[in-house]
Amino acid sequence: MSTLPESYTEYPKRREGYDHDLYKWSNIHTRPPVRWPGDTSVAAWLCVSLEWFPIVPGGAFKAPGHMVTPYPDYRHYTARDYGNRVGVWRFLEAFEKAGVKASFATNAAIAERYPELIEALAADGHEIIAHSTDMNGTIDATLGEDAERALIKDSMDRMEAATGVRPRGWHSIARQQSFHTLDLLKEHGLTYCCDWVNDELPYRMNNGLINLPLNHELSDRQIITVQQKSADSWGESMRDAFDWLAHEAAAQKSARLLPIHLTPYIMGLPYRIGALEELLRDLSARDEAWFATGSEIVGAWEDQQ
Amino acid sequence: MQENAPDPQLYDYHPYNARPKITWPEGKTCAVWVAPNLEYYEIDPPIHPKRNPWPHPAPSVVGYSHRDHSNRVSHWRMAEVMSKHGFPGSVSLSVALCQHHPEVVQDGVDRGWEFFSHGIYNTRYSYDMTEAQERAIIEDSIATVQAATGQRIRGWLAPALTHTPRTLDLLAEYGFDYTCDLYHDDQVQDVKVAKNGLASIPYSLEVNDHYGFFVYNMSGREYADTLVRQYERLAKEGEKSGTVMCIPLHAYLIGQPHRIGPFEEALEHIAKDGRAWIARAGDIVDAWRAQQ
Repeated sequence: MSTLPESYTEYPKRREGYDHDLYKWSNIHTRPPVRWPGDTSVAAWLCVSLEWFPIVPGGAFKAPGHMVTPYPDYRHYTARDYGNRVGVWRFLEAFEKAGVKASFATNAAIAERYPELIEALAADGHEIIAHSTDMNGTIDATLGEDAERALIKDSMDRMEAATGVRPRGWHSIARQQSFHTLDLLKEHGLTYCCDWVNDELPYRMNNGLINLPLNHELSDRQIITVQQKSADSWGESMRDAFDWLAHEAAAQKSARLLPIHLTPYIMGLPYRIGALEELLRDLSARDEAWFATGSEIVGAWEDQQ
Repeated sequence: MQENAPDPQLYDYHPYNARPKITWPEGKTCAVWVAPNLEYYEIDPPIHPKRNPWPHPAPSVVGYSHRDHSNRVSHWRMAEVMSKHGFPGSVSLSVALCQHHPEVVQDGVDRGWEFFSHGIYNTRYSYDMTEAQERAIIEDSIATVQAATGQRIRGWLAPALTHTPRTLDLLAEYGFDYTCDLYHDDQVQDVKVAKNGLASIPYSLEVNDHYGFFVYNMSGREYADTLVRQYERLAKEGEKSGTVMCIPLHAYLIGQPHRIGPFEEALEHIAKDGRAWIARAGDIVDAWRAQQ
């Protein structure tokens, strides 16, 4: 039997608080109460990922949903692009019908390649947030600080050039960052990121950037693609989540956040879109619900700090 | 255990249909205990040659922050629901949580929960530890929990379920009463150890929320239904000889907003049924030991 070094049972960061300095610990149930506009209690945040997967995979790691078969993988290239050509337009119609606004986490390549889509998002009053360059633009510790800075700059500059607006929010592919990411996002003028899934309200990182938690457990990717549940089961889970959060908000007299993370090539399919439409119809009719973009939620929260 | 033998000699074979009758207090048929795992996962731990805790190089943001959800949000959500329906916790504790987030540990103390060790961190694995290292984590666990809670720990669930061939013997030597690491039974059983005694209390992987959501891919409602079915069967069979049902939890899983409501309904069902002896792990082991 091999043995471990003595240092394996030494714990240099065993101390009060976290074993890192990225953000501070806080218990959501003992924070000063938060309210949303109109005395609503559950901010329903629709966040849609707009992803373009190059048929030649690359990047620090392979993004979820990327190519699978030997080159050329027509199957996955086209099935993903279906979301951008068809699925997302179903989303836009559903959002319009329910009278709700969303944040679209958008690859720079999407903004450049599909200007009609960007125009429609702007015309409908949705928010566009940055989502790297394309689905090869993954970030992790192997990338190195200089390459990561260049990637974030490239994404932000191209987004601004293609949409006319510099995004305030950032969503990393697969929510994966390095230890440099938070500072680099700050350096490039971002207000918030939505990668850390440890909370149910916005909170401030030590460097001043805000994290708006985009719960991966409630995403269509997790529930439908990973856990392989039906669209109806997804809808049931979202309703159960909303009910619980509304109940908890009333009991604790403090607002809550329900992130609804959607992917056009997953939820935008003909046999699933009905479940989304039904959910939006139900939740938008609830008195407790405030459908808002990421920026609006972050802004409302910031005003109360 | 018998190191390197095909049968590790952990216990004797006892057919389920021919055992002395175990009885629980007040004629209850099934002892139900809830085991919240209160854990700390390090963001950048030393990498063990046999197992890497994270899917990405540090920081593995989703993995780390998902677990951190327990210590910021979902612990209290889970604990409130348990208290409301009269379920104390028997905590599987990453003992370093006593240093990192003493507020979470104190909440369990205030609710009258029992604590046992789940290692120092859930990112430090016991495989290949020297005897000195293994004694160090056991002694650290005893001292750390004693200082934080006033309790002398009686049980062990190996950190991330990682063992050495000597773990069970060492636990018995240090006077531990139970292990949660063996899944061979629905009743408390004796474990073969070098000296002293050690009981195996049924913990459960099958109805562990982690298995429910990430192995069997259940929805919150399907998992709640699974708990009720598990309970109903064990409460019925317990008429013949008292059974044990454990509900092992992780707040970052069960305390998610889409799961906690159905879970509360399952707890309410068990609490109202009348056949459940809702107890802590140590109480169950004591009641069983008194009948041996």
